[in-house]
Amino acid sequence: MDWLSIFQNSFTQMVGVAAVVYCLAALGLNIQFGYAGLLNFGQAGFAAIGAYAVAVLVVTAGWPLWLAILMGVVGAIIFGLLLGVPTLRLRADYLAIVTIAAAEIVRQVARSVTLNDYLGGSDGITGKYAADWYALNPFDGFEWFIFRFSKNDLWVVINGWILVAIVALITWLLMRSPWGRVLKGIREDEDAVRSLGKNVYLYKMQALILGGVIGALAGVIFAMAAQSVQPDNYSTTLTFYVYVIVILGGAARVFGPIVGAMIFWFLLVFISEVLNNAVRGGFISSDILSTDQIGQVRFMLVGLGLMLLMIFRPQGIFGDKKELALDER
Amino acid sequence: MRVRGTGVAPRASLGPRDLRRWTRRVLAGLGAVLLGLGLATAPALAAETGLKGVVKDPASEVGIAGVTINVAADGFTGSATTDAEGAWFVAVPSAGKYEVAIDTTTLPAGLGLADPTKAVLNVNVLSEGRVQAVLFSLAAGGGGGDAGADSEVTTPADEGSSLWSQVPQLTVDGLIFGIVIALAAVGLSLVFGTTKLTNFAHGELIALGGLSTYFFNVVVGLPLILSIVIAFLFSAVVGGWLQNRILWKPLRKRGTGLIAALVVSIGLGLFLRYLFLFLFGGQSRTFNEYAGQPGIEIGPVLITPKDLIASTVGILLIAGTIWWLLRTKDGKATRAVADNPALASASGIDVEKVISTVWVLGAALASFSGIMIGLQVGVNWQMGFGILLLVFAGSVLGGLGTAFGAILGSLIVGLLIQLSTLFVPTELKYVGALLILILILLVRPQGILGKSERVG
Repeated sequence: MDWLSIFQNSFTQMVGVAAVVYCLAALGLNIQFGYAGLLNFGQAGFAAIGAYAVAVLVVTAGWPLWLAILMGVVGAIIFGLLLGVPTLRLRADYLAIVTIAAAEIVRQVARSVTLNDYLGGSDGITGKYAADWYALNPFDGFEWFIFRFSKNDLWVVINGWILVAIVALITWLLMRSPWGRVLKGIREDEDAVRSLGKNVYLYKMQALILGGVIGALAGVIFAMAAQSVQPDNYSTTLTFYVYVIVILGGAARVFGPIVGAMIFWFLLVFISEVLNNAVRGGFISSDILSTDQIGQVRFMLVGLGLMLLMIFRPQGIFGDKKELALDER
Repeated sequence: MRVRGTGVAPRASLGPRDLRRWTRRVLAGLGAVLLGLGLATAPALAAETGLKGVVKDPASEVGIAGVTINVAADGFTGSATTDAEGAWFVAVPSAGKYEVAIDTTTLPAGLGLADPTKAVLNVNVLSEGRVQAVLFSLAAGGGGGDAGADSEVTTPADEGSSLWSQVPQLTVDGLIFGIVIALAAVGLSLVFGTTKLTNFAHGELIALGGLSTYFFNVVVGLPLILSIVIAFLFSAVVGGWLQNRILWKPLRKRGTGLIAALVVSIGLGLFLRYLFLFLFGGQSRTFNEYAGQPGIEIGPVLITPKDLIASTVGILLIAGTIWWLLRTKDGKATRAVADNPALASASGIDVEKVISTVWVLGAALASFSGIMIGLQVGVNWQMGFGILLLVFAGSVLGGLGTAFGAILGSLIVGLLIQLSTLFVPTELKYVGALLILILILLVRPQGILGKSERVG
């Protein structure tokens, strides 16, 4: 067992690119699910829209990066409107069904052969996404004790966490504003808020769109970090991971998704690294578990973790059980 | 811990070493089997990666044997010769673009391509585990005909006459697919009606039916019919009764909220899917018997006998459920609970017993849905999740919570998916169905048969 490399990989991934991307997506979902009580199961769709906006506009059409990101945000707003208009007046589970279906539509359209020339089919689009932005990087890789980043990863991670901090700050400011209080009121008792003369539908729509835009930014970072987009990276699995992160950290807490993402990625990488080492080192017979099955065990643990968390500690690490009256809808 | 949540898992399964042994045995037979699947009436779900097609005489619609098909791509070449039914199959190593060429010199005298420039088609195999259909259109007189020939993949149907001639076949395919969806949707809808649980793990009950049939048939070696019966009962007991008993009933007692229960079902679904993958591997497998059955022609429609029998059984199961709901005491109690659990309980109905019955019934019906898919295109670990959204679409279309609505909605969704291939590329046919789901919610959120109620 190579414990140094196990911890090196685990701690690096704890604050690595994937953690940044999922943290952003989770911050968005936290506004929808945590604060407004909206069951958005289409966060992967929002992320895909952000990622493909950058991919198509920068790589294929040659637009400047900032304009492409802006278009990704606009795309997420339109997607949010499309999802919200039919469902936000309905019971919460309809929103769940429609958003999960819509995210699948986005993925299947993105990987379709018909649009192969524009969206690259199942291979996606690979190319120079943000050469100018990477050129700004003054750093040269990073290695200290248990953290180890390549040059490009380091730049993505630094910028990513700054973005996370900004988004978290905005969330914090919003949620202590009257707007945030109305939103939490809707989550607790929609009828009460409505009887106070608030337009519940509009508030829900704003929350859905705001969370979706943050989700799209997660997709943008994902695309820029990987220098490619692949449609199957934006499957429902991404959404399920993000749910685990939000619930693990504690829904309706500003720091919930951030801590959740860090713990989630640390555990995910740590478990698979330990299993990998154990199988390679002969501690676990390869008849019981082969190395290519470790990913499957990881998914099983995520599913099991989601169930157990929701049953035994729905408020996660930071959450307040009293605040999360998730029952009535 | 009171709740273990592994209710549906076929725990008594075997170790990976045994699995690998059957895998080899199954894979050996798979190539041959897929040849016969040439014109499966099934919706294209996953199977071994490859290209397939049927070469037919345009006039008599009879398959032509002995035609050579060559497949080429970067670093890969393969070829196949059509069998007695005119079917061919070439396994390819990965998804990607392939050049598929028909050797016109091997065609019988007097026959040629309808469009001689289409002797080589560029076909994209969309993903791993997918068999892409390729169609070469022939015409009498050795070419020069003006009928458009194309791969089924790139243009679904571009001409009026051929468009409408596909309608009967697509209608039958759609109805069969609708039955597959309806079998699963009844359980989903009844469980929702009685417990208000939106069960995202319902797809795994479909997979449980298909995979346990595979287990009893191929691994244990029982005859297929017997395996189906055992798998049906096994799914009902383990997937339905046991799942409710060890997971959902304790959760109801705990007072777990509906949203929390929904998230739990997502976790359960994720866990079970990857457990299935762990136990069965990633390949798509077919049952031992009837896998490569040739179709029979009834009027303008080609259908395999197994599909005919399976869908008849499916219809009987659905009809039996309707009869049970309408005529028996338990069925009436179920409808009463779905209508108003508190009132039903107050009038002396044992609500928990009804819920347990509904789980058993729902799991059993869903398992037959998986068995039908298995008969058509084979079983794999994510077969249930693959159609879960369509099951939701059917249920919502008919009215979530109503069994009759679920049946009606599913048949419409099935028909719509198949008939939409007349106008949209086959690969996007599910997208159309899901779009319609969203549109229906916009106009009539309670569904066709649902009661209008104020929600939100």
